[in-house]
This record gives sequence, structure tokens and C-alpha cells, in this order.
Amino acid sequence: MNATALPIRRQLVTPQAPASAFPYNSGSLLSILDLSLEGVSHILARATALEKQDPLTRARILAKRRIALLFYESSTRTRTSFELAAKSLGADTALVSSLSSSIEKGESLKDTGLTLRALGAEAIILRHNSSGAAWLLEAETRIPVLNAGDGMHEHPTQALLDLRTLLAHLRSGTEAVNAETLAGVTVTIVGDILHSRVARSNMLLLPRLGARVLLCGPKELLPEVAAQTGPGIAIERNFEAALSQSQAVIMLRIQAERLAGMQLDLDEYRAGYQLTGQRLATYAPEAVVLHPGPIIRGMEVTAGVADGAQSAILEQVTNGVAIRMAVVERALTAEMGGRA
Amino acid sequence: MTALAIRGGHLIDPAAGVDAVKDVLLKDGRVAEIAAPGKLKQAEGAEVLDATGLTVAPGLIDIHVHLREPGQGYKETIATGTAAAAAGGFTAVAAMPNSTPVNDSVEITRWMQAPERGASVRVFPIAAATRGSKGEAINDYAAMKSAGAVAVSDDGHPILKDNVMREALAAAARVGLCVIQHAEDTRQTQRGSMNQGLASFKLGLWGMPAEAESSMVERDIRLVTELRDARAHLHVAHVSTAAALAAVRQARRSGLRVTCEVAPHHFLLTEEHVGLYNTNAKMSPPLRSAADRDAMIEGILDGVVDAIATDHAPHATHEKEVEFENAPNGIIGLETALGLSLRWLHKEWKLPLGRVLSLLSAQPAALLGLKGRGTLTVGSFADVVVFDPAAEWTYRAADGKSKARNTPFDGWKMQGKVRWTVSEGRVAYSNPAYSETRVDVSRSRSVQVDATPRER
Repeated sequence: MNATALPIRRQLVTPQAPASAFPYNSGSLLSILDLSLEGVSHILARATALEKQDPLTRARILAKRRIALLFYESSTRTRTSFELAAKSLGADTALVSSLSSSIEKGESLKDTGLTLRALGAEAIILRHNSSGAAWLLEAETRIPVLNAGDGMHEHPTQALLDLRTLLAHLRSGTEAVNAETLAGVTVTIVGDILHSRVARSNMLLLPRLGARVLLCGPKELLPEVAAQTGPGIAIERNFEAALSQSQAVIMLRIQAERLAGMQLDLDEYRAGYQLTGQRLATYAPEAVVLHPGPIIRGMEVTAGVADGAQSAILEQVTNGVAIRMAVVERALTAEMGGRA
Repeated sequence: MTALAIRGGHLIDPAAGVDAVKDVLLKDGRVAEIAAPGKLKQAEGAEVLDATGLTVAPGLIDIHVHLREPGQGYKETIATGTAAAAAGGFTAVAAMPNSTPVNDSVEITRWMQAPERGASVRVFPIAAATRGSKGEAINDYAAMKSAGAVAVSDDGHPILKDNVMREALAAAARVGLCVIQHAEDTRQTQRGSMNQGLASFKLGLWGMPAEAESSMVERDIRLVTELRDARAHLHVAHVSTAAALAAVRQARRSGLRVTCEVAPHHFLLTEEHVGLYNTNAKMSPPLRSAADRDAMIEGILDGVVDAIATDHAPHATHEKEVEFENAPNGIIGLETALGLSLRWLHKEWKLPLGRVLSLLSAQPAALLGLKGRGTLTVGSFADVVVFDPAAEWTYRAADGKSKARNTPFDGWKMQGKVRWTVSEGRVAYSNPAYSETRVDVSRSRSVQVDATPRER
């Protein structure tokens, strides 16, 4: 589309976009890019330590601190694990969901956030169907905001729990990560990349640890431009070719709720991108299989693969609680608020 | 009506080819006399504005604004919008019809121009091209024109149907109006809230492809080509893509009556300025790629662009403090257009001052056929802007005259400070940062002007 641009007669100085002021609060986790590798290492280490800690001792860390869970979208894993994580640290949690609150009456995100803050919430965990909602909420409330998924944009705690799962399988015992930790590892992310906040957060994290990320999917769900999101990302549309290079594969759900107006032949999709037992055995017999859930059995993965020996799907869920304990602790103690 | 003598200023009137120190006498709403300094013959009793060291130019004309009346006075009113215009050096604005209700009637067109609206500068209504801007049935253009409409447009609701657009172009040509098209194939931009590209992918936002604009411009140019004998005039509003501008350029080479405008945000900003969901960087058409932005600069410098227009689109603060995809499109622009144009087009990119002013007055006036505007020759309207072309200042949206604050330029450095805006002989704006200098010529010659703007 820019081929028609005329050559500029001379090199022009143009106004530069201002640097970001986010996050305003060092306890916030809005984007996975808010964390340096040192920050990631700290969270991984704290996740392990907190997981091992005596529950009664652990419950004193945030005893009676108030945390609000603000959920505009349905969620099983993320909501429950955040809630269990906060409660494990002794915090009081309050769940506000869009269907049982004044949000239904038209209260804005800003006003909802200010109300929660006035009710004593010291941090807000936000799941929202609009990309960027966590940034808006943080800018308006200035208290720690944990992004539990914003639209199609990011899901940083998912990337952290996926990393913890990958490390357990590929780099057992590793907690302090650096730019070489995943050198030589190829992780393929398969499916509905376009609509996936999980894909975006993983794409922005894994290459920083030395991994190569392959994106795989049909062009309707995976635009070419995705490969330019950051370094270390490439597109391989042939699923079998991608599998044969991969030590790990992250399967994504087709997000029917975001497909409106898109023509997608699901039988064709299954034929091209479903992870079957046969494909896995033939092309990636050693690879670990991840899926952020919810899985649709028979769609992106077969039941056999979901329940099979290579599947780490339930480990991911378990890791979610540990990672979110560390992230919630960081939010209210903010000792490692460094940005990337 | 009192007479006003603007003395000692450097008159730049691109349309008349004047670029010299002149005294200008305004009487009864018209330019009465232009003379060498101190040589006015009919200035007896006139009030004097001492413009020594300042530039005097035809009042600026913005052919694309949204004044939000009738119906959305909480965003802006004709009074506040035109006060902002006057503060920005504009003496005339053309108001888009997407009010509530849509301006598709003689009654609303007249209502907008009524003295009760309290306008500081001249308001030229643009009538809806189709009934209710629904893109189905065209309006009675002759009636709208006689009520004061200067163009027709369904701005914000592009006319998608070929036959309706063809009919609109033909009917408008018959009465000597142009059709202003907001070129966007809305079938390609559903759910879109920013330019489609890497930035939209990274932010997880639905994109509006450049093709949605360029394909519509190309379609409209095809229709103008078919109507070549009717001399149909298509004006492309707020061009934002290199491809659309290339289509306009090609049409012009073919001798078609196709004109276009570019907004300051499209020659200054790119999709990167959306940053992390800055809703004050959300508008339609959206901020585009750097290559597109560069093409807008090139188009202005090489002359294919006919006018700078702001697309001044005020919204209440609470309407913009929402999720990016839910925020309304549009930014305000009347108080920053001159400052940004001088700072960037003139100072940085070396476009001569006369060319900048022409893009902001003479050319837009010619484009809409606003007779006696955009120039300061004897007999033309006494629409004048007096400004200090070298003064640098920092724009603070909170200090603006507009009701709205939705701008990505808050805190930006501007060049060129408006001293006075005179609309049809009345001082519509006098910059409070300067000390009061209007004196009666019968008492004395003009007194000393403190022309140094006070820092705010």
C-alpha cells in the first residue's frame, strides 16, 4: 500500500512519538514487557518459594490486604487461580464481574476502578474484553493493576506460567533466566494468533530468553505482519514442518467470540492445524504440548493428545497458581518493579 | 459600524500577490483601503490596531469542522467552537452536517447561521448530501445552497452506493457545489479503531486498512471521470494515505475537478502516536504509517494538497476516558492548526509563509467558492488574522476556548501567535497575553505596543 508513496525530496525531521509513561505503579503488571529478565527470574523464584512455603506462614504475607478481581469476561482458570493465589497469601478478595454489578447499568471502567479503590482495594486484577483496558484502569486509579487478559492484546501471567511449564520440561531446575536460557529451543504457537493475547505475550517473552518462536496458522488467523512483532519470530504455515522443528508447541483455541464476520472453514482448519496423536508421534514425538485453555476437544487438539503423555495442559493450570502468588505478592510489595 | 485601521503590519496576501508592509483599513465589514504605512486616506476616526512587527493576513478558513450543534451542545456549541476558531486565527469555518439531527434541511442550515447562535466568526454550513446522511436519497441541493450551504457531504457516513454518489456529484455540479467525501469503505473498517498494520496487530486492535480509503477515492474519481462533461467537483476530505493522495494526483493530471485537504495530525503523526491506547490519538481516518505521513508532507510541499483542514471534532472528556475501541473518533484542531503549520511546514520543512497561509485561507476559499474571502483586496470581507510569525509558545489544551480537550497536541511547542482575529470588521479575538493596544486615532497616533507575549 505504500509502494505508491513518492520519494521524499529530502530527509525530514518529524515529530517523534513520546515515550510511554506506563506503568505508573511499579506493582502493576500490564504487559510482559514491563518485566526485565531479572524481574522474570524473581517471579519464577518467588513462585517456587511460595509454593513450598507452609500455608499458614504464607497467609501472613498479605494478611487482610484487599484485592479486587474485576472480570468483564468469563474465566475459569485465570480467575480461580488469581483468587486462590491472593487468598493463599492471606489477602481478602472481592470478585466483581460484569454481569452482577453496576457495569450492567453502564458504569464505566474508570468509575468502577475508582469505586473499587474507594472500597479499599489496594490492587485490581482485571480481565477485560477490550485491548488496552488495563492501561486505562491503571492510568485512572494509579494503584497496581494486574492484567489478567485484555482483549486480543496481552496476558502476561499466562506467558509466565507457560514459561515455568516450559522450563520444567526443557530446562529442569532453572529459575534464574537470561538471554541464553532457551537458546536452541523452538516453540511453535499454533492457531488463532490474530485474536490471541496468549500468543502476543509469549511472542514478546520467549525470544528474550533465546527461544525461536514459530507462528503457525492460516492467513485469516495469522497475518504476515505478526512476524514483525519482535525479534526471534517467524511464520511457518505448514504445521508438520513447524512441528518437526519444535521442542514445544502451544495450541490455541479458535476464539469463536471474536470471529464475527470471518469466513473460516472449520473442517479445513482441523485438516491443516489440529494436533492429532499421529501428527505428534510422527513429527514431534518429544515435544511438550501446552494449551492455555479452555480446550475444545476435537477442534484444535484431539482428546488423545489433550490427555496424552506429552500434554502439560494441567501442569500449566497448577503453575498458574504459583506464578500468580508471586505476581500478587509483587503487586503489593513492589520490590522488583523494574521494567525491561 | 466602526472602522478599524491595522497599521504597520507585514501584509501577506498570497491570492493578491502582496508581501509588504501595509496599512489596512476595514470599514463596514469590508476592506476599504490598503496603503503604504501611514498613507491611509480614509482612516479618520478609525480605531487602530498597531501591528508593527506582526504579520497581517487574510483570516484563516477551515473547511472541515464539527461544531456539534444542533443536538450535542455538551461537546461543543457554535459559540464555543467559533470562539476556538477565532483564537486560532480562523475567520470562517465550514461545519459538517453530522449534528443531531443531521443537517439535511433548510431550517437547520438557517438555524446554524442565526445570530442567536453567538458565533464569533462566519459559519458556513455544509449540507448533508443525502437524507439523514443515510446514503440513499439525495437532498435538494438548490434549496440548501440558497439557505447558505457551501458544499454537500455525508461526512463520517461515506456514500457507498455508486449510483447515489454519481447522482450527488451530478446534482451538486448543477448548482455549483462540490461533494465532500469522507473516503472510507466502511465495509472494510468494521470494528476498526486504528490503522491496520504492525501497530494494530501489536496492540490487539482491529485495523482500518489503507485500502478502505484509497479504494473509495478511486471509485469516486471514476464517477467524476464519467461526469467530466458536467464538471462535477469531488473534494476528498482529510486524505491520510499515500495511495489515496496518488489517486488525487493522477486525477488532477487528467484535468478532473478533484481537490483534497489534509489535517495537521495526518502530516505530523503516525500510528506510533497511538502509544498505549491514547484515545486522543483516535480519529477517522486514523493515524497512518510513517510512509503515509511522509506522503502527506510531500503532497503539501509539492502542491497537490489544496487545503489544510482540521477536522475539529470535539468530544467530552468522559467520552474519551474509555476503552480505546469504545472511544469516539476525532480530535480538536482549531487552536493548533496555525501553530503546528508554522512550526513544522514553515520552520522545519521550509514551506514559504505565503504558501502555508494560502493553504489555510486563499485555497480553501477558492475551493468552496467563498467569494470575497481568503484575500484582502479592497472590497473583500474584512476577515483578518494578525499574528507574530516568530513567537514560540506551548499549547495547553486546558486554556483553550473550545469546550473540549481531546487533542494529542497538548503541551506541544507551537510557532506563530495570534494577536488579533478580525471577522467581518469586528475584533473576534484579542490575545490576552498582549497588553491592550487599541486606541482612538483621533486622540493620538497609535501608542506603543507591548508585543511580547507573556508566558503562561
